[in-house]
Amino acid sequence: MARRAEPVSAASGICAAIAVAALILGTLCAVVWRAEAGSGLGPSDWAALRFTVFQASLSALFSVGLAIPVARALARRRFFGRRLLIGLLGAPFILPVIVAILGLLEVFGRAGWISTALGWIGVEPIRIYGLHGVVLAHVFFNLPLATRLILQGWQEIPAERFRLAAQLGADGRDMFRLLEVPMLRQVVPGVLAVVFAICLTSFAVALTLGGGPRATTIELAIYQAFRFDFDLGRAALLSGLQLVLTGLAAWVALRVSVGEGFGGGLDRLVRRWDGESPGARAVDAGWICAAAAFLLLPLMAIVVSGAPGLVDLPWAVVQAAMTSIGVAAASTLVLLLLALPMAVAVALGHGGAIEISGVLGLAASPLVIGTGLFVVIHPFADPSDFALIVTAVVNAVMALPFALRILVPQARSVVARYGKLTLSLDMGGWPFVRRVLLPRMRAQIGFAAGLAAALSMGDLGVIALFADHEMATLPLQIYRLMGAYRMEAAAGAALLLLGLSMGAFWVLDRGGRWHAEA
Amino acid sequence: MKHLAFAAGLLSATAAYAETPELTVYTYDSFVSDWGPGPAVEKAFEDVCGCDLKLVGAGDGAALLARVKLEGARSDADIVLGLDTNLTAAAAETGLFAVHDVRADYALPVSWEDPLFVPYDWGYFAFVHNADADAPTDFKALGASDKRIVIQDPRSSTPGLGLLLWVKAAYGDEAPAIWEGLADNVVTVTKGWSEAYGLFLEGEADMVLSYTTSPAYHLIAEEDASKAAASFSEGHYMQVEVAGKLAASDQPELADQFLAFMVSDAFQSIIPTTNWMYPAVTPAAGLPDGFDTLVTPEKSLLLPASEAAAVRDVALGEWLGALSQ
Repeated sequence: MARRAEPVSAASGICAAIAVAALILGTLCAVVWRAEAGSGLGPSDWAALRFTVFQASLSALFSVGLAIPVARALARRRFFGRRLLIGLLGAPFILPVIVAILGLLEVFGRAGWISTALGWIGVEPIRIYGLHGVVLAHVFFNLPLATRLILQGWQEIPAERFRLAAQLGADGRDMFRLLEVPMLRQVVPGVLAVVFAICLTSFAVALTLGGGPRATTIELAIYQAFRFDFDLGRAALLSGLQLVLTGLAAWVALRVSVGEGFGGGLDRLVRRWDGESPGARAVDAGWICAAAAFLLLPLMAIVVSGAPGLVDLPWAVVQAAMTSIGVAAASTLVLLLLALPMAVAVALGHGGAIEISGVLGLAASPLVIGTGLFVVIHPFADPSDFALIVTAVVNAVMALPFALRILVPQARSVVARYGKLTLSLDMGGWPFVRRVLLPRMRAQIGFAAGLAAALSMGDLGVIALFADHEMATLPLQIYRLMGAYRMEAAAGAALLLLGLSMGAFWVLDRGGRWHAEA
Repeated sequence: MKHLAFAAGLLSATAAYAETPELTVYTYDSFVSDWGPGPAVEKAFEDVCGCDLKLVGAGDGAALLARVKLEGARSDADIVLGLDTNLTAAAAETGLFAVHDVRADYALPVSWEDPLFVPYDWGYFAFVHNADADAPTDFKALGASDKRIVIQDPRSSTPGLGLLLWVKAAYGDEAPAIWEGLADNVVTVTKGWSEAYGLFLEGEADMVLSYTTSPAYHLIAEEDASKAAASFSEGHYMQVEVAGKLAASDQPELADQFLAFMVSDAFQSIIPTTNWMYPAVTPAAGLPDGFDTLVTPEKSLLLPASEAAAVRDVALGEWLGALSQ
């Protein structure tokens, strides 16, 4: 069989995709296999499905809709502290749910800062509970991610294009139409799908801020099937439903995103001639300030309430922090070993199935993956011996969709730009990867690694199913502290977690950009 | 450090290590945490048993039962500690638990006869509020008041399920009406106890579903008398926490020894200020100072295990119906 000439083989990427799909679908099958005949789906499950899709769609629309102007403003402006701000903006995404909710409530809650301020002028406190509360929290979680992903799209438009457009006399509106809209059409559907899928599996946020049982999501229904009824068949069925929904969203996103990239540039610093007017400056400043206030105030609340507890953190918290760092490092490594080959395989035109396999990680219920792995491991070994490895691998798979969104566009453009050249130089395989691919993708790899490390640091996920008392990750330790009423120490531990996650993100993301961006 | 100690033990004395029998106890997370009873219990039992006590945390009570069901007869656990009476019927139904022969002079407000499960502590569910605010004295008054409450979802947490059965035990067929009265007081429903208690401390609600013993924590550990539990005239539903021996245990004698130890003074005196519940057998030294300030309900409500299991699904339906309006 004649093979198309390719600078690198797609085989390892295809293998990685198969491994990921096998993990997610295999654990689902393990749960089904272990299940006795269940009751099937009831009317309440369908209600949960409807609510889930509705809130996830709204959350995705708002998160991405708001992220576009914010990303545009950040793309057009260079200011002191910009990089720090972009780093900080990533923080909400990686917080454990309970920490983020308590942070949000300090700002938006009944006794929160806004309601207190409103009280001074005699206005009723705002009510955060309900569908709008769910959407607010989901925007808080996902606006930063959406902003970063879209911002990356902007940065991938070569500076030469803007220069050319400016020389041809294009004004802001023309540049938007000619350069930015095509980029957005390419990037936005994927971001929408990712955010939709994240919100699909939300459960504690939706329940707590949704205000009651009306805000039942599929994930809560899975929880109920597992914990309340011990109906594994129903849990698996619901989990399958969740996977199908995410798969559908990913498929639609792949079909809708159009455009082929912008060709090569010389990686010059982007300068925008259309953004110099005072009006444009004011608009951009407005968006940046609004986003910063929305995202940073709750984080500040976490810092304020956590600082007193930070002074005498129990030793167990420090130990848990070290465990978390180890898990995050392992998870990041696993992620890169999976994501890079997959991104290259997609860039080589083996898209579709690989990308969908990558997105499945978003839809898989940690409870079902954990239970499935438990069923698989238990006959042979003590599952708690595998707690940390399993956590690292599952976290990597959960971060995979984000990593692919980050890596694929750049991998595509590298292969498109340098593939033929390197082939003509007979520089295929490893030398291509080492000399061309990795250096050109350094920034994206750093971003993806940073995100994976931070996500893994904050994940409660499967560890709760596997851990014994000698190893706990930091998020689990926070819950244990709260369970023992030690709210102040828990707040301190939460602040430590915030610091560690952001630190991991910053180091890796910055490491990727070292000397790469002026 | 524990890993290091473990490795050193393996290298130097593998034979000696293998001779020490190991007793595995599955329990809930807050029991094994450094601030829970786990570390003290482990030390106290290892002092007398010549064994290695391994405590394994597995979520909360409901998750614990799910895990045992999942593992079936091949479970590594010898003891399961941390089920409550709302779960024991389902646990007994699995056929995984063995009969015990523990006898003790229980300090429970109800008589205790269960062939499979031994109680180790108990408490009353109650709405905790700030001590300086007045509190309603029953569910009807709570429903009629403008107090804002946070409760837990019965589908994902043990206290949530306890509240469901509390209303059902107190009002029976009237329960849906009580829930309709409460619906506009419920600020929100959370996944578990931690979220709910956190919201209450943040000032999001006037009252939170917790235990009559919760104020004891604030009083004893934080010297803070600002929290109180509301006393309800229709009585308070009890949570009795129990442990049972698995029939498939490979250490049946050691397991029996543990169950007997569990109702002894050494274990029971650890419970009040680590698990913040009442001990099942009053320790010789009595209850710690501060426990005398707690609300003592006039009436203790507890559905028998079999009835609780039967009522559960009906009560959930009523709860969902009332709160989903």
